[in-house]
Amino acid sequence: MTTEAGAVPAVDLQDVRKSFGRLEVLRGIDLRVAAGEKICIIGASGSGKSTLLRCVNLLERPTSGRVLVEGVEVTAPDCDIDRVRARVGMVFQQFNLFPHLTVERNVTIAQETVLGRPHDLAVDTAMAMLRRVGLEEKRHEYPARLSGGQQQRVAIARALAMDPSVMLFDEATSALDPELVGEVLRVMRELADEGMTMLVVTHEMGFARRVADRVAFIDEGVVLEESPPAELFESPREERTRRFLQRVLERDES
Amino acid sequence: MTSGAGMRPAHEPPPSRRRLPVSTSTLGQWALYGGTLAVVMFLAVAVDWARLQDKMFRTDLVLDQFPRIVTQAAKNTLIFTAFGFAGGLALGVVLALMRLSTFRPYRWFAAVYIDVIRGLPALLVLIFIAFGLPIALDIRIPGTYGRGSVALAIVSSAYIAEVVRAGIEAVPKGQTEAARSLGMSHGQAMRRIVIPQAFRIIIPPMTNELVLLLKDTALISVIGVTEATKELTRFGRDGVNANANATPLVVAGLVYLALTLPMTRLAGYLERRARASR
Repeated sequence: MTTEAGAVPAVDLQDVRKSFGRLEVLRGIDLRVAAGEKICIIGASGSGKSTLLRCVNLLERPTSGRVLVEGVEVTAPDCDIDRVRARVGMVFQQFNLFPHLTVERNVTIAQETVLGRPHDLAVDTAMAMLRRVGLEEKRHEYPARLSGGQQQRVAIARALAMDPSVMLFDEATSALDPELVGEVLRVMRELADEGMTMLVVTHEMGFARRVADRVAFIDEGVVLEESPPAELFESPREERTRRFLQRVLERDES
Repeated sequence: MTSGAGMRPAHEPPPSRRRLPVSTSTLGQWALYGGTLAVVMFLAVAVDWARLQDKMFRTDLVLDQFPRIVTQAAKNTLIFTAFGFAGGLALGVVLALMRLSTFRPYRWFAAVYIDVIRGLPALLVLIFIAFGLPIALDIRIPGTYGRGSVALAIVSSAYIAEVVRAGIEAVPKGQTEAARSLGMSHGQAMRRIVIPQAFRIIIPPMTNELVLLLKDTALISVIGVTEATKELTRFGRDGVNANANATPLVVAGLVYLALTLPMTRLAGYLERRARASR
């Protein structure tokens, strides 16, 4: 995707650090996502990928550094974080659908309470989003009656119904049975094709290779290497990147 | 919560004691039967059944209790229970939220309140509200209904707060995160997402609190009730005094059971239904 020069980045992380007690998980992250760009974040477990993503919408507050979403500094003490979050969609590893609400209500509730949309409009939007992920006919079901893949697609619809300008995916397929991964990746790919700005933490190297504009390899709390997928996968600059990719590809082949 | 983790096959029978190999010897079994028979025979012979019935279950006195034991005493018991529980629930939810607040003075206040009230006999709190407050602070809560309900609400709120807090803490953290990530405020996430789920979790212990509260209404008999505000225990006791016979108290006891048993049954039904929909 092309963006006008000088446009405000969708997400801008500047020297972001995060410690849990004495453990420093993020040790100075710089990452910029232009509007319309798709960035995949890869790295070993425990490298800080998820923490990085959760710092964007302040589910984790960085210990230091600045996070800007569409030019708004969310790390500023006077930032109205709820307004920013409404524009940043997030999809979780464990889906986190609301189990006490129907599929349709899962998708309408934040539209009504956060955006103040009238009920009818919220329902229309929900239906459109559920159609998009192919689950229109499940609207009266409760989440527990859906497969993992279906639940995750509803979670994507729930986030999309808020008209987000950025979507964050936190290992969206890691908790799924292997045969259900495809349907979720397909929805994500369609979303990418439509031009959504996406920041995707993933273990799916095939997805990263095909969809990402850039791939960032996180290691020990820093962005060790960041380049277009062809470059990063074919000729990684860093020895650690090479070793990580080797381990992952061995697993995929075995 | 993933769908898989919490699902247990619902039809699996609970581990049954009957399936354990029976090790009791035949001789031991005969001894058990013999012993039981001996006790039954002893009761049949030693107890004066006619007298027992005359003093505890005299038919004319049983009939005498009706209809007032229902239209007045049971009604009052239910009124005290309803107001006490409504107040206790409202106060308990507020206290639970205060205990979970990030604002320390709220946490401290709630913790002290809960510890103090739970550490005192309900009877003492009741007497304090009825007689202590007017003397000490010139605060008079009007009417027996008012004083009784307020006292019961104060006592039950401390227990309910702990139940609600446990329920809120049992809702997975991902639920709050999902709600907040959609832009809901802390309050909206609590009201719309966390508390509704917490209440499904706490239905069984909450019913327990309701039954305890219903029984605690008996304490109100000590704070001077008028004829119109007598609840079941006082009604039964006055009946005992008037007739020198225990029958009215036994009937009151049966009415209590008629009220509490359906409650626990209902709770079991709601619990099963809530589990099925999760």
